Amino acid sequence: MIFDAAISLSFFLILLALVFSFYRLVKGPSMPDRILALDTLYINTIALIILLGIYLGSVLYFEAALFIAVMGFVGTVALSRFILRGDIME
Amino acid sequence: MSRIFPHPLLSLFLILVWLLLNNTTSFGHIVLGSIIAILVPVLTREFWLENIKIKNTKVLFKFIGVFIWDVLVANVVVAKLILSKNSSLMPAFMVIDLDIKNSLGVSILANTISLTPGTVSCDLSLDRKQLLVHALHAPDVQESIDEIKKRYELPLMEVFD
Amino acid sequence: MLEILVSIFIVIGGIFTFIGSLALVKMPDFYMRLHGPTKATTLGVGSILIASAIYFSIKDSGITIHEILITIFLFITAPVSAHLLSKAALHIKTKEIERTKNRH
Repeated sequence: MIFDAAISLSFFLILLALVFSFYRLVKGPSMPDRILALDTLYINTIALIILLGIYLGSVLYFEAALFIAVMGFVGTVALSRFILRGDIME
Repeated sequence: MSRIFPHPLLSLFLILVWLLLNNTTSFGHIVLGSIIAILVPVLTREFWLENIKIKNTKVLFKFIGVFIWDVLVANVVVAKLILSKNSSLMPAFMVIDLDIKNSLGVSILANTISLTPGTVSCDLSLDRKQLLVHALHAPDVQESIDEIKKRYELPLMEVFD
Repeated sequence: MLEILVSIFIVIGGIFTFIGSLALVKMPDFYMRLHGPTKATTLGVGSILIASAIYFSIKDSGITIHEILITIFLFITAPVSAHLLSKAALHIKTKEIERTKNRH
């Protein structure tokens, strides 16, 4: 009972968090702002997927979350490097 | 010995990650993990420029304890700051003159600063002497700098320098 | 009993994730926005991962701690990406708000 309520509340809060970061992604105004928004978006997605895993009672979602964590980090680094150097590979 | 285990800490880390990734402690995976822990450091020997030397294990563990506690406190503090009124916040850039020489020590210090109370490390000068830090709420800049130097830099210097 | 513990961790995680993203909307300049995602969101996700580890440990009657791996990974990478982002922002001279001390 408490458990279901906690999961529903947490789903709602993470949904709001996703909306906030999406707002920053659309509005900008600067390039680093958008990258930061993407970064937050993927971290929030990890939380959402893990929560879904608890809700459905399946450990399979762990691999997906790990994969998103790795790929999201690489994406953030690549985009920041692109702003710093104007180029990813030199 | 040093030919088989050029980086003992890396080997230990690899076998731990392997077992966590497979979520098991069965014999087969321990053997497979050991093979990886021996092979990877040998094959990637060229990439590791310096060996990690930990001079003072006791201080290191004390530092890790302080770090975990500070992360928890920092998060509550930052959450309160985010929820407080924007106009009451006093953001500041501050320049920290580093005394620590070891490059691993510098990067651990920068990461620690980013994860603990209201500060994010922004830029490191090319000669690794100065670190630019942005603070979310710093009424007294000099006090914050002293706090960081005393709380995090001193123990790291004892461990790595 | 453990179910209540898991619930507490889940709610704490949700609240911190929410506050971290709230900073993105609320704060006036880029450097201040950076603080939310690097700290609050990382702890929020870490808390949910711990809840997941406890939940599957009691459910499947065998200790499951591989969620720790994602937590450690996030705690190592969050400051690195924050550092690179602020470096990029300084490089293209993103404006900070007027009242920042020692402006760069």
